[in-house]
Amino acid sequence: MLAATSVTPHAKGEKSDRLFGMSDTLFYRILSVLIVFGVWEIAGMIPISIAFPTFSSTMAAMFEMIFDGRLIYAYGETLKPLGMGVAISAFFGVTIGVSMGLNRLSQWVWEPIFVVLQASPVAALIPLITYAYGIGITAKTVAVIMLAAPIIVLNTYKAVRNANPSLIQMCRSFQGTRLQEIWIVIVPNAAPVIFAGLRLGVAAGFIGVILAELLITPTGIGDLISYHRSIAEYDYMYAAVFTIIVFSAVMVGFLETVEIKYFRPEKKKV
Amino acid sequence: MSDVATAAPLNPASATPENIVEVRNISKFYGSVHALDKINLSFPKGQMTTLLGPSGCGKTTLLKIIAGLLEPSDGEVLINGKVVNGPGPERAFVFQDFALLPWATVLRNVAFGMELAKVPKAEREDKARHYINEVGLSGFEDKYPHELSGGMRQRVGLARAMVVKADVLLMDEPFSAVDEQNRRKFQEDLLHLLAAENKTVIFVTHSIEEAVYVSDQIVLLSPRPGQIHSIIRPEISRDTSPDDIRRDKKYLDAVENIWTDLRKYLD
Ligand SMILES: Nc1ncnc2c1ncn2[C@@H]1O[C@H](COP(=O)(O)OP(=O)(O)OP(=O)(O)O)[C@@H](O)[C@H]1O
Ligand SMILES: [Mg+2]
Repeated sequence: MLAATSVTPHAKGEKSDRLFGMSDTLFYRILSVLIVFGVWEIAGMIPISIAFPTFSSTMAAMFEMIFDGRLIYAYGETLKPLGMGVAISAFFGVTIGVSMGLNRLSQWVWEPIFVVLQASPVAALIPLITYAYGIGITAKTVAVIMLAAPIIVLNTYKAVRNANPSLIQMCRSFQGTRLQEIWIVIVPNAAPVIFAGLRLGVAAGFIGVILAELLITPTGIGDLISYHRSIAEYDYMYAAVFTIIVFSAVMVGFLETVEIKYFRPEKKKV
Repeated sequence: MSDVATAAPLNPASATPENIVEVRNISKFYGSVHALDKINLSFPKGQMTTLLGPSGCGKTTLLKIIAGLLEPSDGEVLINGKVVNGPGPERAFVFQDFALLPWATVLRNVAFGMELAKVPKAEREDKARHYINEVGLSGFEDKYPHELSGGMRQRVGLARAMVVKADVLLMDEPFSAVDEQNRRKFQEDLLHLLAAENKTVIFVTHSIEEAVYVSDQIVLLSPRPGQIHSIIRPEISRDTSPDDIRRDKKYLDAVENIWTDLRKYLD
């Protein structure tokens, strides 16, 4: 509803910030990516280590794995527990975090649990998950939740707790109800920090699922990495790692879009 | 509004003009900090009252108690003769720090009170546009607060308070973020707007000149615990031009007298 009204023409006389027909931020982003790939290619050619392939051979390996279906299959395996774990962590994490920020009792119940989880070396605990949940998809999902949920919960809690008191008073002065106060003021006010927590949570969830695949059951993208490392096909191994980075970046971009579209339309124009 | 005429004196004993807001025996403690001590005040309908006093004397506290945003430790606030215990539609607050929603456009911010009251979107936006125009911000409806200057943001806050048609406007240092030239312009605009709408205004400021220029009644508060030091009625005719008012003998005398009173708190 807001996004529709937020399109304002640029002020007249504003200096054009376009290069080669694209906005200059986009231009510099592409440029920096190209430089990184270029340096990677050169470093691979020197080579700095026999375990470090060039950019081009990594890309060739990646496309080969995409077209023969191995990569697609591996992602199918990895994304199921990752998607479920992240969705569960996001939904319950934000709900619990908001309730902790609004309610002392809820804070008292949940805070110790998540602080301990966040502080503990979860990677060391992952093998223990097997005792309770076996080696299937449930165990992997639990690993994702253990890494993602604390970050999401604690970020949300802090964001809500630190909601701008002046905006809350403003809402009260116009006779807003408590529910309106929460949904129209506190949550949008906390949205940037909540979304920062979600982005970190997704990244942590990725770590969780890969760790589970390396430590519990050799499947999915984690298995692709460890298998190719074990037979010294480093270009394939790096190709798998590369896809993870691309995938994370896409997820982060997606979350940013959701945040701007539904919660913080004012950031679009910055 | 027709009910203004029918709002005959509920209390025939009260002197003219009728007091729309009354503060009775208000005290406020923040823990052990004694901020306000037994404040009794009357605010006549349609008049502008200024709260003036040294920093930390409890002006904001008193204003927020009247707004229903803070609980007094003792005493009561009456609006139209009735005791109130919270915010109500008769009062609207203009915040010192603007309190605009950063994620909402000027239009949505101004219409926010009506959004909370679930007024249909088209209707509330129509009304909001009218006041956006009144405060001189037409053309900025779709801007976000961070794209506006401090003075413009305060105008948004003012329009938001005006549009809900509250009889009483509570303003906490509304001009403190505005530079001197714009401040004068803003004061004049405000006086015009308020005169046209017959608002009762309770206004906090640090500026003696501003207080004398805009007020019918000035309440001087003493340092903590805030008590009423004196009440001054400048009785300046507002029919003349702003520049004449600022040269008026009564204006200059009032400024001088208040300054003499306040100066002793500085030593
Ligand atoms: N939430 C609070 N907790 C504790 N003390 C407070 C609180 N708010 C205000 N005070 C104290 O109460 C006194 C009055 O505060 P208030 O903000 O009402 O003063 P003020 O007259 O508005 O000051 P200024 O002119 O600087 O805005 C101050 O001494 C302040 O330290
Ligand atoms: Mg104050």
